[in-house]
Amino acid sequence: MELANNIVEINNLTKRYGNKTALNKLNLNIQNGKIIGILGPNGSGKTTLIKILAGILRQTKGEVIIDGYSPGIYTKSIVSYLPDRNFLYNWMNIQDAIDMFKDFYTDFDEGKADELLKFMKLDRDMKVDGLSKGMKEKLNLTLVLSRKARLYILDEPIAGVDPVARDQILDAIINNYEENSTMLITTHLVRDMEKMFDEVAFISEGEIILEGNADKLREEKSMQIDDLYKEIFG
Amino acid sequence: MNFDNNLPIYVQIGDYLKRQIISGKLKEGDKLPSVRDTSKELKVNPNTVQRSYQELEREKLVFTQRGMGTFVTEDKDVIKNLKKGYANEIIKNFMEDMKTLGFNSSDIIELVYEIIGEEK
Repeated sequence: MELANNIVEINNLTKRYGNKTALNKLNLNIQNGKIIGILGPNGSGKTTLIKILAGILRQTKGEVIIDGYSPGIYTKSIVSYLPDRNFLYNWMNIQDAIDMFKDFYTDFDEGKADELLKFMKLDRDMKVDGLSKGMKEKLNLTLVLSRKARLYILDEPIAGVDPVARDQILDAIINNYEENSTMLITTHLVRDMEKMFDEVAFISEGEIILEGNADKLREEKSMQIDDLYKEIFG
Repeated sequence: MNFDNNLPIYVQIGDYLKRQIISGKLKEGDKLPSVRDTSKELKVNPNTVQRSYQELEREKLVFTQRGMGTFVTEDKDVIKNLKKGYANEIIKNFMEDMKTLGFNSSDIIELVYEIIGEEK
């Protein structure tokens, strides 16, 4: 793997909360232009890892390099991050949310937002307060995918939404993936997402315990990624 | 389309396209949908779809024309061989299954005749 091809390089990354270790000398490289799945159960360290990449948590030790830089102002300008919970205020309507994103991010593409809103069947005058869980997730994803980012980080994009919304979310992700951007997606719902991944990395107790090309792993182990997940964590 | 077996996804997509060629849904010289469109339709990573197309090209079942897209081969023999390969595979599996159940070759032929007779 060539160095210049990695959009993300993580070396010996450690994060402790008091005496609890969330990430333990974790190593992971992510190639440019790929969709990578970070797979692990709740509490395995996925969200901690992602929050460090998104620049909202600091590591205890180790190194994270995104497009040549440590997480900070520059990386935030090229990373579009979907947190694992709703990040919008209840008093907002969808128009307010779009205005907020336009203010914050110069790479926000309003045309793309319009397309996605239509696809998700959301209107600009709907209030965040009145949206169902699935609709909130769809709105959050719409905002995140409307940025022309180099790296999209999606934390559990389909957790807790109904199957129809789930399909719409998966469609939106595939339709908006471009070859010169990279997507990092965490999930424990492997069955629904495995055909979307180029690469997968299994995370357990703050360490990557297995990683590789998804189709290659399927071939080598003669099982689906979902079954492999169950074997590892079951 | 469900990708519910243990084969790599690119192999499963290849199989899906080969079956379309065999059944004539995709005819000689027909343009395949773009990698993007197939990716959207099957909800599969476009890089994986790309790999399936490359494999089909390696097997000479399709060819790519720069800037135009990917097309089904116009070589009838290639398609005939593909059909035959699939038929052989299906019959081989069927024979093995029947033999484990204790039927011998002539039993099997007799049964097949009987069933074809009923269909008519």
